[in-house]
Amino acid sequence: MPVYLDNAATTKPCAPAVDAAVAAMTENFGNPSSLHRAGLDAQLVVDRARKIIADSIGASSENIIFTSGATESNNLALRGVSAAYGRKRRKIVVSAVEHASVDETVSALEKSGFEIVRIAPREDGKIYAADFLAACDENTCLLSMMLVNNETGYILPVKETFSAVKRKFPEIVTHCDCVQGYMKLPVRVSALCADLVSMSGHKIHGVKGAGALYIKKGIRVLPIVTGGKQEKGIRSGTESVPMIAAFAAAAEALAPTIAQRSERASELKKYLLSRLSEISKISVNSPDDGSPYIINISAEGKRSEIMLHFLESREIYVSSGSACSKGVQSGVLGMFGITGKRADSALRISITAETTENELDLFVSALSEGLEKLRG
Amino acid sequence: MKEVVLAKYGEMALKGLNKRTFEDMLTKNIKRRLRPLGSFTLTRAQSTLYITPDDENSDLSEVIDAVGKIFGIAAYCRACVCEKDFADIAEKSVEYLDEILTGARTFKVNAKRADKAFPMKSPEICMELGGIILEKFPHLTVDVKNPEVTVTVEIRDTNAYVHGENLKGAGGLPVGSSGKAMLLLSGGIDSPVAGWMMAKRGVHIEAIHYVSPPYTSDRARLKVETLCEKMTPYCGGIAFYCVPFTEIQEAIRDNCPEEFFTIIMRRLMMEIAQRIAAKDNCLALITGESVGQVASQTMAAIACTDAVCRIPVFRPLVGMDKTEIIEISRKIDTFETSVLPYEDCCTVFTPKHPKVRPQLSDVEKAQNSFDFESLIQKAIEETELKTFNA
Repeated sequence: MPVYLDNAATTKPCAPAVDAAVAAMTENFGNPSSLHRAGLDAQLVVDRARKIIADSIGASSENIIFTSGATESNNLALRGVSAAYGRKRRKIVVSAVEHASVDETVSALEKSGFEIVRIAPREDGKIYAADFLAACDENTCLLSMMLVNNETGYILPVKETFSAVKRKFPEIVTHCDCVQGYMKLPVRVSALCADLVSMSGHKIHGVKGAGALYIKKGIRVLPIVTGGKQEKGIRSGTESVPMIAAFAAAAEALAPTIAQRSERASELKKYLLSRLSEISKISVNSPDDGSPYIINISAEGKRSEIMLHFLESREIYVSSGSACSKGVQSGVLGMFGITGKRADSALRISITAETTENELDLFVSALSEGLEKLRG
Repeated sequence: MKEVVLAKYGEMALKGLNKRTFEDMLTKNIKRRLRPLGSFTLTRAQSTLYITPDDENSDLSEVIDAVGKIFGIAAYCRACVCEKDFADIAEKSVEYLDEILTGARTFKVNAKRADKAFPMKSPEICMELGGIILEKFPHLTVDVKNPEVTVTVEIRDTNAYVHGENLKGAGGLPVGSSGKAMLLLSGGIDSPVAGWMMAKRGVHIEAIHYVSPPYTSDRARLKVETLCEKMTPYCGGIAFYCVPFTEIQEAIRDNCPEEFFTIIMRRLMMEIAQRIAAKDNCLALITGESVGQVASQTMAAIACTDAVCRIPVFRPLVGMDKTEIIEISRKIDTFETSVLPYEDCCTVFTPKHPKVRPQLSDVEKAQNSFDFESLIQKAIEETELKTFNA
């Protein structure tokens, strides 16, 4: 049996998600915009899904826009808000450790004339709300920061930052990429003080191809795609009913057990770290108080990609940095003070609450073997 | 820091021997609305309800949001729980109110010493705490007449409470304390607002809706069901009756003069509504009519409709302008659903030139040209009931 430890990249769809997708493909296959009964049935599937996703973050249905995934949600949030509010206010503040779907998007906005301020962690590896507050001013239209860093599991001080900024500059729109936090930590939009929240289906045991963007009532987001005015005109294009149904089924299955699963993941993380401490040459890149689901380590001297393929030969799947960057050395790790050889040898192990100690044992022994056998 | 929500009664505080009944009703309503948000303990003292989360880490923003929609509460706020010890009160006040005080320019301290055994008197508490706040936030000045922030300290039996801002509650009386009434819910902007206004007076709302397939669609019915759902945070659970109306409308079209179509239709709707209302112990009907808004809502037309009614018909919007009604519908978040463009039964077979000042005798004569009784009974038999819970 393969050992899959790359759950931050994607997860295996759970049974309720698969069932929901199949039902939507075989029974409710109508176009939600069609006026007839088949269309209505499909619309009801989407409505129900919308309610589930809304409930899961303490929002109401009309605040949820379905997208093709978190990359689109992030693009819609950043481009849509900067188009709506950015004519006079030309500054956007983001953290320097964002996922590419935010980082590349603000870079594109930078080329079109926006001033982008990227807030990096301080020397202690931590990100401070005060630094964001200092960077914001009357000229700022948007503030974006992720909840959980996808490479190290570091939890950013979103709530502190957003509430402090909102207090001083209520007109700044706040966006949080919650992809690695959603269904892992409790995410409530009111507690976060977030105007926009991005979520993804396939990171929570749904199916690839559906995500959502929460938009607080009263916040204007201009569409980046035009067409049949689905999703209130904010995201045109026929809704992917099966993927949306799967996304909601997964969220519905996971929502009641966020605390229990997080506790289990913490036990597993602790177990893994204690097993790893038996091996010399391993350094841990994730903070102690980070997400229990992501553990980033460096096997010193062994290049990530070589180790990754060695582990793969033992049917153990981990990631080097973030899977989206496909082997490119991670700038984000550098931001957290992890550079040079240590960054070159970084491995990301991302677990679920269903991961077993046995699987972690297999990983640790394969890793030790790799450390002995591999050159360079 | 431990936080609670304080909810202060509205006019029910003035009730005499009945007060207890109102209090029980309010407590029950609050408990039911907060159930999805976690587990809470409710205690009451001196016209205030204390809502304490059983889990100390729970986020109170959603509780505050829910409490703000419950009728019977005049004002509410989140407060910090302190020991009955001035040092603790002072320390926690400064920390708890940091956010509000930083953003304000003027403030005052208001003390309520319900427990007279507390060693400091109210003016003393105000002075001492005011001094400490001024020291901590030197940008503030005291303004006892018109302060931006009023820091309130309440010394109660077991604890002291500190809060910084009172939010205005939904007001009115607890839903259910005035009995039940049947709301005629069309799917437009007005009727949900009418229901909301009567719920504010403690009326438990049931809703009745008429469908005429194929002239009206499933989506039109769903829209009305969505409106019911959106009303539940305010009105509590709603029993929703859906009456099949196609045959009656076709009979009107085939047998009555066109100019009276709408008025006869409304008389028949009232007739069916009051029969179902009687079966379900509803004491009145509620409509969203406003005088002069459309041809069927002129005074003469209302007189013709009312002539069939044997129970009171409440029209809380009767003297309101459309803009005022829209303002409320936006506030209670029904507007966007109400304006979805689906044909409803009121717009099926509308006459080109409706009678603006119909005479009752003419209307009765027109209606008597056909015996609707069997169709009325059939419609009532085939009525579907669906319940929406808060």
